[in-house]
Amino acid sequence: MTTVGTQEKPQAAGLPRRSFLKWSGAAGGGAVLVGAGASFGLLPGVGAANAARMSPADSGDKAVWNACLVNCGSRCALRLHVKDGTLVKVGTDDTGSDGLDGPQLRACVRGRSFRHRVYNPDRLKTPMRRKPGTKRGAGEWEEISWDEALDTIASEHARVVKEHGQEAVYLQYASGTAGGNITSGCWSRLLSLAGGYLGYYGSYSTSQITYAMPFTYGARIESNSIGDTVHSNLVIYWGDNPVETRMSGGGNMYNAQVAKKDFKTRTIVIDPRYSETALDLADQWIPIRPGTDAALVAACAHVLITEDLVDQEFLDTYCVGYDEEHMPEGIPAGSSYKSYILGTGPDGTVKTPEWASEITGIPVDVIIQLAREIGTAKPCAIMQGWGLQRQANGENNCRAVMMLPILTGNVGIHGGGNGSREGTIKFPLARMGLANPIKTKISCFMWTDAIERGAEMTEIADGVQGKPQLDGPIKMIINVAGNAMINQHSDTTRTAKLLEDDSLCELIVVVENHMTSSARYADILLPATTNAEEDDFIASEYSGDTAYAMIVDKAIEPLYDTKSHFDMCVDLSRKMGLEEEFTEGRTLQEWRTELIARTKKDVPSLYSEQEFRDKGVFRLSNPDGTFVASKAFREDPVANPLTTPSGKIEIFSERLWERSKVWTFDGGKKGDKLTALPEHVPTWEGAEEALTNEKYPLQCIGHHYKGRTHSSYGSVDWLIEAHPQVVWMNTLDARDRGIDNDDVVRVFNDRGVIQLPARVTPRIMPGVLSVPQGAWYSPDKDGVDTGGCINTLTDWHPSPLSKGNPQHTNLVQVEKA
Amino acid sequence: MAAELGFHFDQTLCNGCKACSVACKDKHDLPVGVTWRRVAEYSGGTWQRDGNTVVPNVFSYYTSIACNHCEDPICVRVCPTTAMSQGPDGVVTVDQDVCVGCRYCEWACPYSAPQFDAEAGHMTKCDLCADYRSEGKDPACVAACPSRALSYGPVEELRAEHGDLAGVEPLPDPAITRPRLVITPHRDAQPSGSGTGSVANPEEL
Repeated sequence: MTTVGTQEKPQAAGLPRRSFLKWSGAAGGGAVLVGAGASFGLLPGVGAANAARMSPADSGDKAVWNACLVNCGSRCALRLHVKDGTLVKVGTDDTGSDGLDGPQLRACVRGRSFRHRVYNPDRLKTPMRRKPGTKRGAGEWEEISWDEALDTIASEHARVVKEHGQEAVYLQYASGTAGGNITSGCWSRLLSLAGGYLGYYGSYSTSQITYAMPFTYGARIESNSIGDTVHSNLVIYWGDNPVETRMSGGGNMYNAQVAKKDFKTRTIVIDPRYSETALDLADQWIPIRPGTDAALVAACAHVLITEDLVDQEFLDTYCVGYDEEHMPEGIPAGSSYKSYILGTGPDGTVKTPEWASEITGIPVDVIIQLAREIGTAKPCAIMQGWGLQRQANGENNCRAVMMLPILTGNVGIHGGGNGSREGTIKFPLARMGLANPIKTKISCFMWTDAIERGAEMTEIADGVQGKPQLDGPIKMIINVAGNAMINQHSDTTRTAKLLEDDSLCELIVVVENHMTSSARYADILLPATTNAEEDDFIASEYSGDTAYAMIVDKAIEPLYDTKSHFDMCVDLSRKMGLEEEFTEGRTLQEWRTELIARTKKDVPSLYSEQEFRDKGVFRLSNPDGTFVASKAFREDPVANPLTTPSGKIEIFSERLWERSKVWTFDGGKKGDKLTALPEHVPTWEGAEEALTNEKYPLQCIGHHYKGRTHSSYGSVDWLIEAHPQVVWMNTLDARDRGIDNDDVVRVFNDRGVIQLPARVTPRIMPGVLSVPQGAWYSPDKDGVDTGGCINTLTDWHPSPLSKGNPQHTNLVQVEKA
Repeated sequence: MAAELGFHFDQTLCNGCKACSVACKDKHDLPVGVTWRRVAEYSGGTWQRDGNTVVPNVFSYYTSIACNHCEDPICVRVCPTTAMSQGPDGVVTVDQDVCVGCRYCEWACPYSAPQFDAEAGHMTKCDLCADYRSEGKDPACVAACPSRALSYGPVEELRAEHGDLAGVEPLPDPAITRPRLVITPHRDAQPSGSGTGSVANPEEL
């Protein structure tokens, strides 16, 4: 064994001395990172020249309750301080506790920068139309009136429906106002009233686990809450990173910190990166090659089985498919999980720690020790993050991780869990959205295919739901507060080319706050108010054992010529002849009052609007203390069966067995395969291929970044300063390539090139790069993405079962720019 | 005599999110380039490779740092105009009407606490949110921290409760200015001057 120093450069004592000149230099270097909007500074409706003026910070005349609505999974309170109609300061929750029950909802760095998001030079100020005769995406605009913009949308909608059918209209996956209710519900409401639209299933966050978990458990069921780890003897964050991805002071980061601080439970973090969860909480960090989780699980299972550490009684009572004695009828011998692990199944491979070690990069003794700890530490909480399912065969990865709590009988008990992500109690909020009357759906990730070859897309080849084959391609897209039109979708270069051809998708409407990468591809661009400028009524998301509701109160009048989503939908509904159905005779404020009243029917103690204003956050504590997933099933599996066909945990899924014979993968790639068991499947651009690919030997993943929620907040100067876009690479990989910390580098593969500074760090395993996802795609004239968007490197090719986004499966090379 | 005030920072809880830093910037309306509270990441260690497997032996932790309102404030000593002064509560402030922006204090302070505002032409710095304290409220950074890693108060009380450690990499030897800073160290905290790692994010400081 060789020991290789990381050759850190010694640094003089003290923080690096910063001079103004040095700072200026850093800002110059950072210019490559400025988002797409910056290059639009002189165009109508955008730019510093006509930005609203912001008053100097002071305490203001009033403070109103508002919230940060972006899609991090937490939900934080903001208190907006207003003076003379202007935001002067952003505070946060000042109610609540410093414990696990009802914690204060302190906003993270993003929420604290909210003022610079509202008063951003990038703000869209007036409706715009792509200049006739120019190429879509070229960024040439002309200002138009709201009347003209909405007339165009209404008449084009009618034309597209008439010529191509209702399912040629697509409401794009978007999450920029994920926490909104009225804010995010009115477009689906209006388009549903207008006959509906082609739907989607899944999400860019959870496509694979949402689709795959029901084959095992009958539904996607979150695991026990983090607060429940106070009952655990061992906590494992498996690719799970709440301290970085859900940074609220009233959410899962805080819950994890309090539980660890107060109970000192041994904690293991499995992740290719030394994440902030590892930094804060881990007693042991096990770096793993991206996408090889199912191999690690199989080897752990081998240790558990051969050392008699499985809970046989649990497996016999609650599960199908563990051993040959508990298989569905008519399945060939050797198809059980135990046979797969012990090498007596069709592949004949014994899943030993030695076998997994070569795949995962984890030493044999570390695997054995991990397995023994899991097998003996009952109760043991294993929480899996969503990174390992965002892989080329991520469905199997996430089902595999669920096997460890199943094998050890940790499901449905305090301190254990089901191996999914940490759970939460939900607030029963009345919502404004309406169900889409059209039941045809595609995977949220397949919309580019549906533009390009919609009429060819089928159930068995492309996962179309609701009918065997799509009627035709998507011809009109409405994209509201989302950046999946290009930035968050895969292969930006290919997507840009597709969108540039306006004979395919004929109309793209984007509703946005800022000139995002997606906004650039609009034909009609509608400027929306931010939530500082509108009213809403919202609830908690992933908050653990406290659920809560808040009002979002308008703090300032709409800036420029912006409109709230509600108001623009009212105006559009009038033009579509649907105003009465859309509004039901209510204004936005009356809708909020109505939604509060509807919610109060379920929650009688709910605050009135005035109480919300006076007291802020309305909280509900978990009456059971801490959340335990599938507790009733564990207590009585006959009376409370799961919703699988057998009513049990299906380790072997007969449904997948059948489907594997029917679904087709013509023109597929390595790893396009359905398996009844959660097997390790080597894939295209996976860890195994990285070992032999000389051109692109590095795996590239994209972690969630503290300066953005996906791409939201991506143009806020304070956040770009605090968390500049960088690519993480291991010290050894950097040394091999002559790269120093902060050098500008190019990361590339056959799909594209990004250029950004390097963060040379021991905090990521050798052979793996991580490009924080969500930076704004910003191609220069040669097509080099100087914004550093990871999706310039990712592939359209979907995962086999959920047809989801495998955006952590990429092989790349890196070199000094 | 007023109690002398200082900060306590629980390094075991910090995830480097910089809510403290940006809440400070928002409260004081600081432009890009002027950051009174900064967060340093200190990382180091080695990797072992054996065939296709790897074993990490690495460490990393964050330090959130503003002005430490030092017992021996070197910025006050070097200031040629008397703009920089220390109050009876130990809080060091700069009189912006007197400061000529010579930046000696910036040069002298081992914590980079005084920050030059190029547009205004003078130094600016943390005053421990004097206005908030006068209203009985916590300084913005303290109230902001989602992890509750920051607190402030009479430094003797902080030291009685949390100890007197202030010399953790990448911070300088506390003997230089005797900062009113108490750190609850991260499990991997390295002593000041040990040079075992490096600042990972120098461009952010």
